[in-house]
Amino acid sequence: MTEALSVGVVAPQRACFDEPLPLKGGGQLERYELVYETYGELNAARTNAVLVCHALSGSHHVAGRYADEAYTSGWWDNLVGPGKPLDTNKFFVIGVNNLGGCHGSTGPRSMNPFSGKPWGAEFPFVTVEDWVAAQARLADQLGIERFAAVIGGSLGGMQALSWTLQYPERVRHAAVIASAPKLSAQNIAFNEVARQAILTDPDFHRGHFYAHGVVPVRGLRLARMVGHITYLSDDAMGEKFGRSLRHGKTLYSYDVEFEIESYLRHQGDKFARQFDANTYLLATKALDYYDPAFAHDGDLRAALAAARADFLVVSFTTDWRFAPLRSREIVRALVANQRNVSYAEIDCAAGHDSFLLADPVYHAVLTAWFDRIEV
Amino acid sequence: MAVFRYDYEVIAQWIEAGERVLDLGCGDGDLLSHLIEVRQVRGYGVENDPEKILRCVKNGINVIQADMNGGLPDFEDGFFDHVIMSLSLQAMQNTQRILSEMLRVGNEAVVSFPNFVYWRHRQAILNGRMPVSESLPYQWFDTPNVRFFTMTDFEDLCAASGIAIRQRLAFDEGKVIIEEPNFLASVAVYRLGRD
Repeated sequence: MTEALSVGVVAPQRACFDEPLPLKGGGQLERYELVYETYGELNAARTNAVLVCHALSGSHHVAGRYADEAYTSGWWDNLVGPGKPLDTNKFFVIGVNNLGGCHGSTGPRSMNPFSGKPWGAEFPFVTVEDWVAAQARLADQLGIERFAAVIGGSLGGMQALSWTLQYPERVRHAAVIASAPKLSAQNIAFNEVARQAILTDPDFHRGHFYAHGVVPVRGLRLARMVGHITYLSDDAMGEKFGRSLRHGKTLYSYDVEFEIESYLRHQGDKFARQFDANTYLLATKALDYYDPAFAHDGDLRAALAAARADFLVVSFTTDWRFAPLRSREIVRALVANQRNVSYAEIDCAAGHDSFLLADPVYHAVLTAWFDRIEV
Repeated sequence: MAVFRYDYEVIAQWIEAGERVLDLGCGDGDLLSHLIEVRQVRGYGVENDPEKILRCVKNGINVIQADMNGGLPDFEDGFFDHVIMSLSLQAMQNTQRILSEMLRVGNEAVVSFPNFVYWRHRQAILNGRMPVSESLPYQWFDTPNVRFFTMTDFEDLCAASGIAIRQRLAFDEGKVIIEEPNFLASVAVYRLGRD
């Protein structure tokens, strides 16, 4: 067995597209750029490419680390690397920052060619389908006709699923992890609370806060705090923080007392410093709008009839944001379409966040699944 | 390599080429591998043991993780030609519910189970011991089995539940038993349907 190592120091690349991209919500992007990273080598037959789709707050920086950031590695570094489940000795792995993102791809911070100012809130609504269409054009540029696999967790899982429907002949395998075929009313409700936190922040300036030299920190912070509550399970939160008091006793104060308060504030502050409020709004709307069955009168089986890929669907027992039952809706529709599909429900305490962790059973299943993919 | 199980041969004979097959409690997926090889079936397995699920993935067998005590909600009515449960019925809590679910999602069900009143088992009990044998390989304190029944019991349940027995084969150590199977057979295999 190869020792699991990091892909090491990596650097992002940039691809420019001059052909307009029509958007599902109407209109088009005249031109746009995508930043991406690759790990491993594309083989001569170009049959070993794997696309990793990111979730709400992710980026193209999937694995490895940047030369000037010694201590932070890519968001799925435990999955991608030599000897890791998605083995870069075998596969050529691509991470891409989605359109509307804030990590370098064309997004709300980019210049609006019509106004000469940053897009801000005028950046068009982008959907999961638009992201996938843009990713497909990147694949064209990289000379990848067909992916060995497309993988994603959460909102990334929706992109993996959408790939198999939009470009059935271009995906041999798809891993849809901790995801759902569409959001529930409760999911949308949480997103709406997060959006309202941002939209009502006086520093938001209707999305044009860049011109005012401010950031809607309070809104972003609240949005992220709400998000983090939904990423963890009640048990995981209880085990990690319980009712632990920072000062050992109650102070009858609104400052941080319980450790969970400290955690949420820390996560909120960290996020507000680095993430773009307009991107957060766009990405939560992309989540809300995703519903491949909608065009088929709610019939998911009919919606997934186009898929040709072999699937792996994975959920986590304590994930209440995208509970196992949501994954099983996908499984049921895939079986009904006679697709090859395996489904694992991983017993992991960490809630929705489990998909980012290196649970041994979870990673063993992913390793076995990727091992069987011929390149 | 999987241990050869003679009920696999019987089951394979009842499956037509190219059928859709669901194997409940599919283990490592060895029965499905066998049926894919000899009958080119489109097969899915159901399993709830993470280690077995991992082995199915390694073997390239479609496996769906589920607790079958909750029925078979992941599958649509009448989707499968055959739904198989090989040597697992005795480990199910709600026997009637799973039989009914098998015949909801499948046109026919194939069930095999150990016959609790096989003569060697009777002998063990007369000697004051719970039976331990090839077909009941567990000690009383570590057995996954929760329902202990006989061929006669099972046939009575089928009659009471409106389940038609279309074929039955009984075995002892790989040999077919024709006479007095409820006494002489250690394992029984049934092909079931609805009339």
